[in-house]
Amino acid sequence: MSDQGGWPLYEVFLRGKRGLNHVHVGSLHAADAEMALHHARDLYTRRNEGVSIWVVRASDITASSPDEKDPFFKPSGDKVYRHPTFYDIPDDVPHI
Amino acid sequence: MTAEPMTTEQDLEAHFEDTIARDRRIEPRDWMPPKYRSNMVRQIAQHAHSEIIGMQPEGNWITRAPSLRRKAILLAKVQDEAGHGMYLYSAAETLGADRADLTRALIESRQKYSSIFNYPALSYADVGVIGWLVDGAAICNQVPLCRSSYGPYARAMIRICKEESFHQRQGYELLMTMMRGTQGQRDMVQDAVDRTWWPSLMMFGPPDADSPNTAQSMRWGVKRHTNDELRQRFVDMTVPQAERLGVTLPDPDLRWNEERGHYDFGPVDWDELKAVIAGNGPCNAQRLARRRAAHDEGAWVREAALAHAAKQHDQTRQNPSSERSRLTAGASNV
Repeated sequence: MSDQGGWPLYEVFLRGKRGLNHVHVGSLHAADAEMALHHARDLYTRRNEGVSIWVVRASDITASSPDEKDPFFKPSGDKVYRHPTFYDIPDDVPHI
Repeated sequence: MTAEPMTTEQDLEAHFEDTIARDRRIEPRDWMPPKYRSNMVRQIAQHAHSEIIGMQPEGNWITRAPSLRRKAILLAKVQDEAGHGMYLYSAAETLGADRADLTRALIESRQKYSSIFNYPALSYADVGVIGWLVDGAAICNQVPLCRSSYGPYARAMIRICKEESFHQRQGYELLMTMMRGTQGQRDMVQDAVDRTWWPSLMMFGPPDADSPNTAQSMRWGVKRHTNDELRQRFVDMTVPQAERLGVTLPDPDLRWNEERGHYDFGPVDWDELKAVIAGNGPCNAQRLARRRAAHDEGAWVREAALAHAAKQHDQTRQNPSSERSRLTAGASNV
C-alpha cells in the first residue's frame, strides 16, 4: 500500500440515466473522496455512461459472506406465498 | 436448524465445479481453488500491464499528429488504453492482489505484458496499423473473454470490447485516408503492415501443441478458444480487409483453402516470439524504463495528494461545519 502512496480503494457506483438505480461498475484508488469522484468521472464515464456517481470507501462496505449463503438467504426460500403465482384464481376472473 | 453443517474443502470445491459446469460466474468472495485464483491474477495483471505499456508506441505520436482531428482521436484512444488498464487492475484487486504490488511486478519484470508492444511505431501509418491489426487481434482475443468464468474480469472485458471497436475503426479509416494519398503515403502503410503482420499473429500466443495450460484454462472457463483457433479467426477476418484497403499481407503462403473453409497461412517465427518474451525485442528495455520513470516521477504527486487529503480531514474534524456538502448531497436521498 505505502508504495502506492497509500491511496485507499473506493468502489464506484453509476446512475446510467435518470430513472435507473446506481449500479456498481468497479473501483479505483484516490487520496480522498473528492479525488475519487474526479477519477471515477474520467475512468467510468468517458462516453456519457453516467449522470450521477457515488464513491464509497471499499473498507466501509459490509457484505454478506458467500460461505453463509444457504442459511443467510434461507428465510425467504420457503415463503412461496409471497409470490403471486402461489394463489389459484379461476381463469374467468378478469384483471387479476 | 439441526447440527451445524460442516463445510469441507471438498464441498467447496464441488460447489465451485458445479458453478463452472452450469456456466455461472465466480464472484470475488466465492471460494475458489488457489490455482484458479493465482492463474486469474496472473492473466488479468498481464492484460492490465499490456494496456498500460500499450500506451507508449502510439503515445509517442500524439505531439506529432498530422491534424487536430487525428490528435484528438489519438489522445482519446491512448486515454482509453489507460482506462482499460485501470478496469483490469481493479478486477485483479477483487482477487486480493494489491495494486502497488502489481505495478512493482511490472517494473521489476516479474510479470509480463503482450509482446506486441516491444515493437516500435516508426511512422504515423503505424498508428493506423496498430488500430487495425493490433487492436483487431486484441478484439479477437477479448470478445470470448466477455464470457470468462470470473465475473469481474468478464464485466471489465465487456466495457473494453465496446471501446476497442472505436480503436480498430479509427485505425482502418486512417489507413484508407493514407491509401487515397500519395505513393509515398501508400508505401508508408505497406511498410507498417509488413512490420506488424507477423507480430500481430504472435499476439495469440504459442501454438496449441506448445501451450500446456490451455486444457485446464478451457475447463475452468478462463479461456474459451485455443490460441490457434483465435489466430485462424483473425486471419480469416483480416484478409478481406487487407484486399479492400489495397495492401499486401507479407505471407507468400497465404491463400484460401476451399476444403477447410479458411485461409492457409505460412509458419510463424516462434523463435522470434520467444526472444521478445524473454526480453530481447527491439523496445523491451525502453518500454520498461519509460514505465519505471513515470512511476518514479509521479511519486511526489501521490505523496502530495495524500498529505492534502490528511490536512483536509483534520480541518474537517476541527470545524465540521466547513465540510463540503456537495459531496454528500447527491447520496442523501438514497
